[in-house]
Amino acid sequence: MSDPANPELDAAVAPPEIPTMHGCPVTDSLGQVVLHPSREQYVDVVKALADEGYAMCIDLTGVDYLQHMGRSVGPGVSPERFEVVVNLLDITNRRRIRLRVQVPETDPTLPTLFDLHPGSEAMERETFDMFGVVFDGHPDLSRILMPEDWIGHPLRKDYEVGMIPVQFKEAHS
Amino acid sequence: MSATIHTEGDQELKPRSQITARELMREVGAVLRMSEAEAAMLGDLPDDPDEDQTMVINMGPQHPSTHGVLRLMLELQGETVLRCKPIIGYLHTGMEKTGENLSYMQGGTNVTRMDYLSPFNNELVFSMATEKLLGIDGDIPERAVWMRMLLSELNRMSSHLLFMATNGMDLGAVSMMIYGWREREEVLRFFQKVTGLRMNHNFIRPGGVAADLPPGWRDDVLHLLDLIPERLAEYDILMTGQPLWRERLQGVGVITPNEALALGATGPILRSTGVAWDLRRDMPYLHYDEVEFDVIVGSYGDAFDRYAIRLNEIRESMKIVGQILDRMPQGDYRIQDKKVTPPPRARIDESMEALIHHFKIFTEGFKVPEGEVYVGIESPRGEVGCYIASDGSATPYRMHVRGPSFVNIQCLPHMMRGGLVADAVAVISSVDPVLGEVDR
Repeated sequence: MSDPANPELDAAVAPPEIPTMHGCPVTDSLGQVVLHPSREQYVDVVKALADEGYAMCIDLTGVDYLQHMGRSVGPGVSPERFEVVVNLLDITNRRRIRLRVQVPETDPTLPTLFDLHPGSEAMERETFDMFGVVFDGHPDLSRILMPEDWIGHPLRKDYEVGMIPVQFKEAHS
Repeated sequence: MSATIHTEGDQELKPRSQITARELMREVGAVLRMSEAEAAMLGDLPDDPDEDQTMVINMGPQHPSTHGVLRLMLELQGETVLRCKPIIGYLHTGMEKTGENLSYMQGGTNVTRMDYLSPFNNELVFSMATEKLLGIDGDIPERAVWMRMLLSELNRMSSHLLFMATNGMDLGAVSMMIYGWREREEVLRFFQKVTGLRMNHNFIRPGGVAADLPPGWRDDVLHLLDLIPERLAEYDILMTGQPLWRERLQGVGVITPNEALALGATGPILRSTGVAWDLRRDMPYLHYDEVEFDVIVGSYGDAFDRYAIRLNEIRESMKIVGQILDRMPQGDYRIQDKKVTPPPRARIDESMEALIHHFKIFTEGFKVPEGEVYVGIESPRGEVGCYIASDGSATPYRMHVRGPSFVNIQCLPHMMRGGLVADAVAVISSVDPVLGEVDR
């Protein structure tokens, strides 16, 4: 299956050895190009891609793979509990690329993209709010969708639905 | 529940005396190629805090011009807006979490309620992502594809007509509010005839659409195509050419192409700056590459350009709808794949297996192969994207919707800076946010 928006895709995945781009493995997910940078490579790779034309950070979100650790990740990449997924768009060459960064449960931090893509500011706040991934260097990492004194991160898989204590004063909870 | 990381701070806008240059930089949105020192230079604050004449006020969440429950904290110096911070989440209902517990068949009912002004686009992007995971994205019957295009273009019209209404209302052209809602209602009447509901249709489903077009649909669409151009001409008389209208919008809420790209803005906001980026033309989906239409761009990036773009996009959508009428093929309206399509109603009466099959599809749903996929399409507000990660079960492991309003709303601080507080209303209106999608 080839994606007409990504004519270079077939060339990028064709070689039998592990294809890499900017030093990190590239895989193909249903015709879409996916990069698997490590946390250390992350910002540099996004920067290199921005220089290549991927000037827009269209989406940034997280996934908690607690109940699905056996998923397929890029060759040579060890799966961690959290994944931050970044979708970049190149409007000059009309192509997309996706980055999947593994973030371990013990140290859920990742450098911020704020300096490269200021638009990622709100999306990083949302990812922090929902998954508890801390973005180092983010100028204002407060909760964005939940109230600022909320406890827990709702989109984590171990966040129990329906276990919210009654938040009225004087009430038995 | 372990609460390791609680919060990193308050959401509210802080008084000048308590903020750093970096925070200021973020809040004014002046983050483009600007050092912290330069941002500090921007600070129009006197060095002596006692002489600080600024005032922080709340606008919303209960304010008629905020289109729902958007709360803005504005820092004013006299009537000038210095800083602005959108505070969102008042409509957050955890729809992405809900989406993890709904089968792919039920998921449409969830996503359609996010951007409630363009429900078809949300259903479409969710269905396209599911179909890509199932590997049936190339097998959707032609009639279903053209029906999807018809509905999403009519939806673009109804959404932009509502923008005309609210934009007029926010700026004091109150009669415009009635006109805009009136024309939108005409389109919604057609939706009701096709889907049974005015909004939140759950009509576009993985595999096709829920039902065929009703008898007489062509006449209804032709009636719309006759009616709307006259009404748009009336809008032109009432608003476009009027000096008052132009004064209120021209030069208000200006954003440059570089800023729009860096902030991730899409849709009419990006196009108003002169960047001709429309996914329908540039990364075509459905059969948009087979119809002729123009991508409307502005040149100044102000509120007037955004108004004019939307007005003309209604005309372009009508052009597309006219071509769809000519090309609408006969045939199936959903894929004949037993896995995702329930059996025809008549079969259920005569066949036990069909009854069981029908029951299983609507209770258990269908299993979707493991994988992850992102699909983005052009909604009336910009790029609406759907990221689905599947673990091979009948519900998405993770379902994320990239709402264009959520990102576009982050341009507000940038557009408002240095403007008048009276223009703040015009700027919010020109961004056309839908809070159901911002908060999800």
